[in-house]
Amino acid sequence: MEQFGIWLAALLTIGIISFLYKDNILYKACEAIFVGVSAGYWFVTYFWDNLYRKFYLGIQGAELSDQIFLWMAVALGVMMLTRLFDKIGWLSRWPLAFIIGATAGLYMMTYFVSNAFVQIGATITPPPSMETIGDKISFVLIAIGTFCGLIYFFFSKEHKGAFGGAAKVGIWFLMVTFGASFGYTVMSRMSLMLGRFDFLFGEWLGLIK
Amino acid sequence: MRREIPIAITFIVGVVFAVSYFIPREPFSEFESQFGDWFGIIAAFAIWLGAMNLMKISIVKIGRKSPDYFYSILIIVSFLMIVFFGFFEGYKGIYADPQFSYRDAGTGFNWIYEYIYSSLSATMFALLAFFVASASYRAFRARNLEATLLLISAFFVMFGRVPIGDMLTGWLPDGYTMSGWANWIMSVPNTAGQRAIMIGIALGLVSTSLRIILGLERSYLGGE
Repeated sequence: MEQFGIWLAALLTIGIISFLYKDNILYKACEAIFVGVSAGYWFVTYFWDNLYRKFYLGIQGAELSDQIFLWMAVALGVMMLTRLFDKIGWLSRWPLAFIIGATAGLYMMTYFVSNAFVQIGATITPPPSMETIGDKISFVLIAIGTFCGLIYFFFSKEHKGAFGGAAKVGIWFLMVTFGASFGYTVMSRMSLMLGRFDFLFGEWLGLIK
Repeated sequence: MRREIPIAITFIVGVVFAVSYFIPREPFSEFESQFGDWFGIIAAFAIWLGAMNLMKISIVKIGRKSPDYFYSILIIVSFLMIVFFGFFEGYKGIYADPQFSYRDAGTGFNWIYEYIYSSLSATMFALLAFFVASASYRAFRARNLEATLLLISAFFVMFGRVPIGDMLTGWLPDGYTMSGWANWIMSVPNTAGQRAIMIGIALGLVSTSLRIILGLERSYLGGE
């Protein structure tokens, strides 16, 4: 069964790579399989992790109030499925409102703390390991870059004079960031591609030992 | 009814989650935990909705004998295959002694995950490397200082991550080779830019969240 799996994985890998030549039947077939398997994977995973574990096991031996609370969640979930029917589709807004409200309430504080407070703290607090002159210059550069970058994002004042100059410096830092992110993304994708070639030439064909 | 109740739900749930951050005590901590379970359960139904919609569209395509209906058949077959193994083995595992999970090594679900899902997703994402590289070849031009900075930074990060970068600059002192420059770009100017973006996003998220909770932002309810 393992050998069959390796051959199948190799065929699917080649099928996807074949798109580099041109759109073809093999690629489209592999794409369709990917769509179906992905949907099924999450369908099953969410069932066992959430519906079974949180709901089914949750109501076992729970107090009546807790059971009602969990049944209410299932009722909201079922309302989500009403979107499949045009006439009662508006009912799906209720669970959607719950998800939106929960996300907004939760992330409002957690993101503010982790992405604003912590980052501002790290920018203005010198790290304890700052020993060399290079470390000190880097620390100052990060502080300047962060501050100027924030100025660039501040649109309530026209970017003119010293403010405009600082915004310009902010753009330079942001461009370096975008370039670095781009390079990093390309290399991570390349690493994935190397992994696939390693699989094809190693595990499948046995050419790489 | 169609708009008021969803707005009320958003307000109540949003306030409970926000307040529970400041008051991690009863009843807010209890509500947060209960709503956390609700979130998971509703998310499961949301995934089900997506999957069922996919099935509905595929079946309609097959019914109409659309030009590419063969691919819709493949979608349905592959979907049903993994769902069958997932439910069958999951159910079997609960009543087995000792219990096992449908994800454990040796199960059909795991086999599909390992040889089909992982292979396809890794190759699909790997394919993007070629498209990003070819798009950048066409789009990257050192027209001005900003574009040049982007180009140089991408160049250093890419070449600093592969052995040839250090091979070409091996004659330079330690820390000044291609990988040294790539590390410096990642840890200094990149950190500064990322921090500015993260702080900007956090501030934007707070204001948007407040607008949603207070009912000022209602676009998620649709046009009706």
